[in-house]
Amino acid sequence: MMAANFSEFMTNYGWPFFWIALHSIALMVGLLLVIAYILYADRKIWAAVQLRKGPNVVGAFGLLQSFADMLKFVFKEPIIPSKSDKFVFLLAPIVTTVLALAAWAVIPIDEGWAVADINVGILYILAMSSLEVYGVIMGGWASNSKYPFLGALRSAAQMVSYEVSIGFVIVTVLLLVGSLNLTDIVMAQKGEYGLFNWHWLPLFPMFIVFFISALAETNRPPFDLPEAESELVAGFMVEYSSTPYMLFMLGEYVAIMLMCAMTTILFLGGWLPPFDVAPLNWIPGFIWFLLKTFMVFFMFAMVKAIVPRYRYDQLMRLGWKVFLPLSLFMVVAVASVLHFTKLGGV
Amino acid sequence: MLTALFFYLFAGLAVLAGFMVIAAKNPVHAVLFLIMAFFNAAGLFLLLGAEFLALTLLIVYVGAVAVLFLFVVMMLDVDFAELKSGFLSYLPVGLLVGGILLAEMIMVAGAWILNPSLSKLERQASLDPNITNTENFGRVLYTDYVFYLEAAGILLLVAMVGAIVLTLRQREGIRRQDIATQVGRKPEQAIEVRKVETGRGI
Repeated sequence: MMAANFSEFMTNYGWPFFWIALHSIALMVGLLLVIAYILYADRKIWAAVQLRKGPNVVGAFGLLQSFADMLKFVFKEPIIPSKSDKFVFLLAPIVTTVLALAAWAVIPIDEGWAVADINVGILYILAMSSLEVYGVIMGGWASNSKYPFLGALRSAAQMVSYEVSIGFVIVTVLLLVGSLNLTDIVMAQKGEYGLFNWHWLPLFPMFIVFFISALAETNRPPFDLPEAESELVAGFMVEYSSTPYMLFMLGEYVAIMLMCAMTTILFLGGWLPPFDVAPLNWIPGFIWFLLKTFMVFFMFAMVKAIVPRYRYDQLMRLGWKVFLPLSLFMVVAVASVLHFTKLGGV
Repeated sequence: MLTALFFYLFAGLAVLAGFMVIAAKNPVHAVLFLIMAFFNAAGLFLLLGAEFLALTLLIVYVGAVAVLFLFVVMMLDVDFAELKSGFLSYLPVGLLVGGILLAEMIMVAGAWILNPSLSKLERQASLDPNITNTENFGRVLYTDYVFYLEAAGILLLVAMVGAIVLTLRQREGIRRQDIATQVGRKPEQAIEVRKVETGRGI
């Protein structure tokens, strides 16, 4: 009786749980490795643009720099300001990292490779990335200091503003696809014209709007006003040190990778090869996915190296007066085209 | 079994967080507990199979509304002594509102217990179990309830216009940045080359 119950329990709950845990761990290890080298790539690209060498000491060509940095962060002493709200102060970096990692659960790296292929995947990602603002606000408030607080206020306004246009961009993609599932979104871009079937072409202005809004949403330069070092020292992260600081940085880079992956899925055809012909479709899908994601990240890194920081009022103007009307107009335009032509299908 | 377990987990945490919202001394902590209550409510929606509603709750309430709450509450300079002194004078009003809410809850739950078919009747009328939750939601919302939806939209529009009218002000003598003129400016309009004679100046 006990044995039967146990085996029933294992088939119903035990093994599925075990598999999900295994998938999640595999994804997380892979993701963190990629993040380590993305950080390195970011610094190398930035250095190359400025004709510097960048990290080149730890390991061959500095390849182990990120791991050395990680060890250094972990072994340093975390300093918690005495007047701070200790619980919220330590909760903030954890919230940032956990939310950023949690969003990856639904990303399909190849066909059927998502940990959870839920049918509202895109809403889940939108929810997780809109919650990331809490890490910043909580960190800024709990530090009980002026610069972090100013940084937190700026970021709250900035992230909420750009989320609106990201939402509308996603709506235009959803109108074309007719599903909230990320796998369906990728498969909808499959067609005989290869890369000209992907959404970046029919939704061209939205691709650019999404890219710029993703920069603002993840506090990347030129929109890194929450941590503008020239005016706010380091914004909401001023009081953080050692492991909590590392968690903030980790969460930020995981969120950046998430936005790169989102751009790939929404506009660049996910794991699909550019043309469905012999040498190109032999390459496994996840390699295409990674290549596209890295390409988007390269653009992120180049923007960081080239573009000077925006002034705060210009940032708000761009979000509310340029992107919001443009994306709102595109939602109406795409919906009208789909409704009045045969393209809609439904 | 697992569903029941998660139901009690989410429901218990939601009630606990809701209690902490009114019990927390620090208003920022109260808002953070409110966010926790929203999270657990989203979990309850998920258990009901309403995943669209659950994630919309997270995006709209937690991602936008609660951020603005937190934004305002963080900037308030709350004096706790003053808050406590007014407690007794606000008590009757608070009790009245609470009492009305309680009575309404009892009426809803009572109707449900007296006639169990009541709660399921309307749901089964127009929902198709074969299509996704999101599609079902859209079909019901944009057909049966389209006028309510429009009315809600107009209400929000009026609120938005009201907020803009309240905060809009025209000030004289302010230099505003006009990006179009800045971008459209040519070197000939901006630069003037002059011959400066030595010892004279311009």
